[in-house]
Amino acid sequence: MLPIESQKTSQIRFMLNGEETDVSFAPYKTLLEILREDLGHTGTKHGCELGECGACAVLLDGKPVLSCLVLALECGGKQVLTVEGLGEDGGLHPLQDAFADLGAAQCGYCTPAILVTAKALLDQNPHPTRDQIREAISGNLCRCTGYLQIFEAVEAAMLKIAGQKTSAT
Amino acid sequence: MMRLPLFEFRAPRTLEEAARILDAERANAMPLAGGTDLLPNMKRRQQVPRMLMSLRHIEILNRVALHDSGSRLGACVTLSEIAADRRFRNGLTALAQAASLVATPQIRNMATLGGNICLDTRCNYYDQSYEWRKSINFCLKKDGTTCWVAPSSRKCVAVSSTDTGPALMALGARVRLVSRSGEREVLLSDLYNNDGIDFIKRRPDEILAEVSLDNLHGWKSTYWKLRRRGSFDFPVLSVAAAVSLSGNNTVEDARIVVGSAACRPLAAMEAAKSLLGRPLNQQAIEEAAALAARIAKPLDNTDFDMTWRKRVTAEFVTYALRELRGDDVRAERESFTRCAFE
Repeated sequence: MLPIESQKTSQIRFMLNGEETDVSFAPYKTLLEILREDLGHTGTKHGCELGECGACAVLLDGKPVLSCLVLALECGGKQVLTVEGLGEDGGLHPLQDAFADLGAAQCGYCTPAILVTAKALLDQNPHPTRDQIREAISGNLCRCTGYLQIFEAVEAAMLKIAGQKTSAT
Repeated sequence: MMRLPLFEFRAPRTLEEAARILDAERANAMPLAGGTDLLPNMKRRQQVPRMLMSLRHIEILNRVALHDSGSRLGACVTLSEIAADRRFRNGLTALAQAASLVATPQIRNMATLGGNICLDTRCNYYDQSYEWRKSINFCLKKDGTTCWVAPSSRKCVAVSSTDTGPALMALGARVRLVSRSGEREVLLSDLYNNDGIDFIKRRPDEILAEVSLDNLHGWKSTYWKLRRRGSFDFPVLSVAAAVSLSGNNTVEDARIVVGSAACRPLAAMEAAKSLLGRPLNQQAIEEAAALAARIAKPLDNTDFDMTWRKRVTAEFVTYALRELRGDDVRAERESFTRCAFE
């Protein structure tokens, strides 16, 4: 008999980082588990597994959620964005650039989740205040940076995105 | 690594179909909404339903209807939606505050109103991994025979940790429960039970479908929550208060509810009654605060010192009532928690 992990008896089709994706998986798996184990997308990090650290955040239909607490079975037809889908045209997203430039990532374990959470914030509110940034990423623990560099990087990305929009119009 | 245990999965599209499933499965099945409480509990084997029945595909459970006559909120409305909806202000502020103070933004995007009302009770000896619980031979609430908080107790004393429960009780909310055999609407305060295991009188074949609130024009309400960190944490003490004030600022009606101080939210009836017909002056507020603190009997089974949590009850009732009479208490609130909205 196959070990239970390899009993891929469930299937869903969903949009992963803009690409239609079919995946077969063991039915008890969470979105986090299928992303990492069945689809090889290991950018999304596996932290506490209980909704206490925020390391597994992804965007589900544009909203930040914790992928360790979402059943994969519930994701059919949904849009999922992970850190792998953040950059465009082969380049880094302005948030990724700013995080690299300003030392907002040290060990990096919390970074993918904070990047997608910050993207959702900037999509919804292009000019957030420092307090709004703090609130938006208050569900993401970072034990390295003390958060200041993260706030500064989100603000730097905010300005860069606003500049890009101005020059494009 | 903690995996979910195996389960059968159903995702009905209508309330009728969901009621039929629960009627057949009873306690074998658990309704799944946001999953932010149930799934961690399943990973730790605190709850191991044979079947999960998702409520997320039942469209009617996602509706919010606010009318002059009152409001109806579907059980699957998320806490983010409630916190962001500016219609939940004045009389309904306590609900929006409570929703906005649950856990973290990501969790509030998933967690639902119905789920938070039905949130499992919590305890330092229960909210642990399977191996941890096994090492103490489990506890009364799950798989064991001894309550490690009160070893002579035959009753589980796990703590009610819902934020929206106390707020909704202060607003006089009713809940609609639907089963195959019919439906009933009960006051939320009658749904809760002061027992850490049987803390809610929802039958296993019933779905908590909707919360209804009267028109609270003329009322003001607020919610105060104690926790160690400004985000993430469950409440370890909370106070919800609602008052209806007459033109000359005397109290026409009042409700005060203390959360996380027992296995259910506690209505501080005497405290509320003591305010009737009086202006919200310092003496009235102090008396009500002392009466409310009397019913709070926190135990040593969650974060913070239990005697201090009891003292905070009186402080919170004071802040809440001062806020409702119009005092600016933002500095007091910000001294221990963030203000989620203005």
